[in-house]
Amino acid sequence: MTPRPSSGSFKEGRGVTAPSVPEGTPRPSSESSVGGRGESAPQIASSRRPLSAWVAWILPLAALMAMLAFLAFGNPLAVFRSDLPPAEALSFERIDVTPDGFRATVVNGGPGPVTIAQLIVDDAYWNFTIDPSPVVPRLGRATITIPYPWVYGEPHFVRLLTTAGLAFEGEVAVAVETPTPGGNEFLAYGLLGVFVGIIPVGLGMLWFPAMKRLGRKALNAVLALTIGMLVFLLIDTALEAFEVAGGLPDVVQGQALVLFSALMTWLALLVVGALRRPGGEGSRLPRALFIAGMIAFGIGLHNLGEGMAIGAAFSLGEAALGSFLVVGFTLHNITEGIGIVSPLTPGREGMPAGYRPRLWTFIALTLIAGAPAILGAWIGGFSYSPILAAVFLGIGLGAIWQVIVEVGRLLRDDAARHEESAMTWANLGGFAAGVAVMYLTALLVKF
Amino acid sequence: MEFPKPGKRRISRRDFLKAGLLGGGATAVAATLAQTSAGATHLHASPIGAQPTPPPDAADDTGHHAAGDDHGGFGTVGQVDPAVNGFDPHVILQDWDFGQVSTLPGGQTLREYRIVAVDKEFEIAPGVVFPGWVYNGRVPGPTLRCVEGDRIRIEFFNGGSHPHTIHFHGIHAASMDGVPGVGPGMIQPGGSTVYEFDAFPFGCHLYHCHATPLKRHIHKGLYGAFIIDPDPARHPAEAAQARSRHHLSPENKDVNEMVMVMNAFDTDFDGENEVYAANTVAFAYMNKPIVIRRDQRQRLYLVNLTEFDLINSFHLHANFFDYYDHGTTLTPTLRTVDTIMQCQAQRGILEFDFKGFEPGHYMFHAHQSEFAELGWMGFFEVQA
Repeated sequence: MTPRPSSGSFKEGRGVTAPSVPEGTPRPSSESSVGGRGESAPQIASSRRPLSAWVAWILPLAALMAMLAFLAFGNPLAVFRSDLPPAEALSFERIDVTPDGFRATVVNGGPGPVTIAQLIVDDAYWNFTIDPSPVVPRLGRATITIPYPWVYGEPHFVRLLTTAGLAFEGEVAVAVETPTPGGNEFLAYGLLGVFVGIIPVGLGMLWFPAMKRLGRKALNAVLALTIGMLVFLLIDTALEAFEVAGGLPDVVQGQALVLFSALMTWLALLVVGALRRPGGEGSRLPRALFIAGMIAFGIGLHNLGEGMAIGAAFSLGEAALGSFLVVGFTLHNITEGIGIVSPLTPGREGMPAGYRPRLWTFIALTLIAGAPAILGAWIGGFSYSPILAAVFLGIGLGAIWQVIVEVGRLLRDDAARHEESAMTWANLGGFAAGVAVMYLTALLVKF
Repeated sequence: MEFPKPGKRRISRRDFLKAGLLGGGATAVAATLAQTSAGATHLHASPIGAQPTPPPDAADDTGHHAAGDDHGGFGTVGQVDPAVNGFDPHVILQDWDFGQVSTLPGGQTLREYRIVAVDKEFEIAPGVVFPGWVYNGRVPGPTLRCVEGDRIRIEFFNGGSHPHTIHFHGIHAASMDGVPGVGPGMIQPGGSTVYEFDAFPFGCHLYHCHATPLKRHIHKGLYGAFIIDPDPARHPAEAAQARSRHHLSPENKDVNEMVMVMNAFDTDFDGENEVYAANTVAFAYMNKPIVIRRDQRQRLYLVNLTEFDLINSFHLHANFFDYYDHGTTLTPTLRTVDTIMQCQAQRGILEFDFKGFEPGHYMFHAHQSEFAELGWMGFFEVQA
C-alpha cells in the first residue's frame, strides 16, 4: 500500500497548528492558560470573562433585533411598497391519476401565501376540492382533488388560477391510472428494480473469469473502460440532477441542493477512505476489494436514482414502452458489473497474492450496486418526490466522482510501478469504449 | 431516462417580478403579504374565500348548480358577490342609461350623460380578482340608450391613473372621435372633456377607450354598449318594427330586451384570456339562469369586445333567431340562424321567442368550446 502524501502532510499540519493558538485567546478553562504568563493572567481572564462572553454572544443578536424592529415599524423602505403586484410561485409536485380524476400536490415556493381561486382542466373551468385550505402558506403544500373524466393515454393540463389571477400549469403527460401501493404493485415494481439493477450487474460480473485470463495491459484497458462508464454515469447523473433541480420551486434551491449533496457525499467518502487507509493492510479488506465496494456503492446510488426515475415514469404513465425500456436498461447496466469487478483481478494493485474473491463477495457487490434500484422503483412508483430525487442524484454524483478518483488511482499506481504512463492508447481506447457502450445503450432508454 | 416534470413553467409576470424583487427584498415580501391578506378579506364574501372547499358532494350545493342540473363537474367553484363587485350581470342585462333628458330650443332632444373612468378591482370568477379600469364603476360601462337624431352630450371625467378617452362608434365630427391627437385627444388623469354629437345611425353600437396602448385599455374594461333606437317617423315603411325598437313606444314594452357585452380577461397578462364571459362574470347566467316568459318576444343586443381573440360567437340551443347585423336595419340581415359570429367591435341584434316550447333551461354560449368552458355560457330559464 502506497502511503498517500496528502494524508501524511495533514497529520503534520495538525501537529504544528495545535500549539500555535495565539496567546491571550480565551481558553476553555482557566487551568489551560497557566504557563509562561505568570499568576495574574488567569485572574484577569476569569474576572472579565463572564460578562464579556455574554455580551459578545448577545450583542450581535440584539443589534439584529434592533434592525428588524426598525424595518418592521420604522418602514424606511416604504418607497418600494407602493402597488407592488404579488410575486406568486406555485409548483406542481405530482399529479396522480385516479379512477375518478386527478389528485395534484402543489407547493408554494413564493414569498408569501397564495390563495387558489379556480381550477382549469384542458381549458375548462372545473370543480375541485382542496385540502387543507385554498390558502397555501409559504413553503406549504395543498392536495387538490379534481373529479374529471380523463381520457386513457392522452395528455391533460391542469391550471390553477390564484386570486391575483396568475396561472400555474401542471401536466399529465399520458393519462394512465397511478398505481396504489398494494401487494401486487409492490412485487411488480420490485421486479422492475431487479431487472434494471440486480440482473444486469450480476450478468456483467459473469465476465470475471474471462477477465482473469487477460494480461496486465488488457486489464488496464478494462479499468479504463470502467472509468469511461463511470464518467458517462457522472455526466448523465449530473444532467439528470440539474434537470430535476430546475423543476423544483426556486425557494428549495435545487441546484445548490444537488451540489451540496454531492460535495457532502464526496467528503464523507474521503473520510471513510482516510479511516481505512493507515495500517489496515493485514486484518482488513484488501484495498482492491474496498475499491470494488466503493464502485458498487457509487453505482448503487446511481441506480437508486435510476430506479426512482423509472418507477415514477411507469406510475405517471410516461413510460409507455414498458418492457422495451426494461430490456434497454438491462443492456445499459451490464457494463456496471464489469466495472465493479475489474479491480479484483489477480495481480492487481491492492490485490494480495493468492487472494481469491469468494462467491459471497460477488453476491454482496451485486446487491450493493443493484438492490438500490428496487428501493428506487418503490419510492418513484408510490411516493415520488422531486426534492428527494434531487438529493439522491446529488449523492450519486458525489459517490461516482470519488469512485472515478479511486479507479484512476489504481491505473496510475500500476503505471508508476512499471515506470510508464497511464495515458496509453490501450487505456484511451478502453475509456472511449466505456463511454461509447454507455452512450449507445442509452439510446434504448432515452425518450 | 427522463424524470417526470408535472410543473410546466410559463413565462409570466412573476418571472419579470423576480428581477425587481432582487432589490426589493424584505419589503417586497411584506408588501405581498399585505396585498394577499387584503385579497383574503375581500374574498371573505364569496364562498371559496379562506374556507376549505367542501368535498365534491357538498361543493355541488354551493349554488352554482342553481339551474338544478348536474353540469358534469365543470364550471367555477363558488359565487361572485355582486355587492362586493358593485355591479351585477343580471342587473346590467336590462340597465339602460337614458341620460338626463331635456329639449333644445330647436325641439331636438338633448341627452346628457356623465361618465367617470376609475381604477377598480373586481371579481370576474369566484375568488379571481382582476385589476381593471372601468367606466362608472362597472364592466361593461353603462348601456347608453337614446333615439336616432337626439343630441348626445357626454361629460367625461378621468379619475383613473392613466390617460383615457371615449371613442363612440357612430357618426360624428373628427374632434369628437375620442382618439389620441385629435380634438381633446387623451384626457389626462384628473382631466375632463365633453363629447357631443347627434345620434346616428340607429342601431346597436358601442363605445370604448381609444387611449394607447389600445389593446390594454380595452382589455382592462373600458367599454360599453351604445344603443340608438330608430325614430319611427323617419322610417314610415317599417314603422311597426321601428316602434318595437323605440324605447318610448308602447310596442317596445311587449318585447323583453337584454344587452350582453361579450368580453374576456387575461388575468396573468400573457396575451391569452383566462376568463370569457358575457357581461364580465364567468358563468354568471349559468349559475343563475335568465328567466324569460316563453310567449314574449326576446330582443338581445349583443356586442363583442373580446380582446386577444379574433372572433367571438353566440349560439342559441334548441331554437333559431333573426339577426340584425349592427342593428342598422329594420329587416333582418340573417333569418333563422342559431349561431352568429362577431369580430371585435362587431355587434348586432338577435330576435327570438320560445312560443309553444317546453318550459325549461335553454342553453346559450359562444360556440368556441374553449370560450364556453372558460365562462361564456348561460341558460335561459323559459317559463310558461
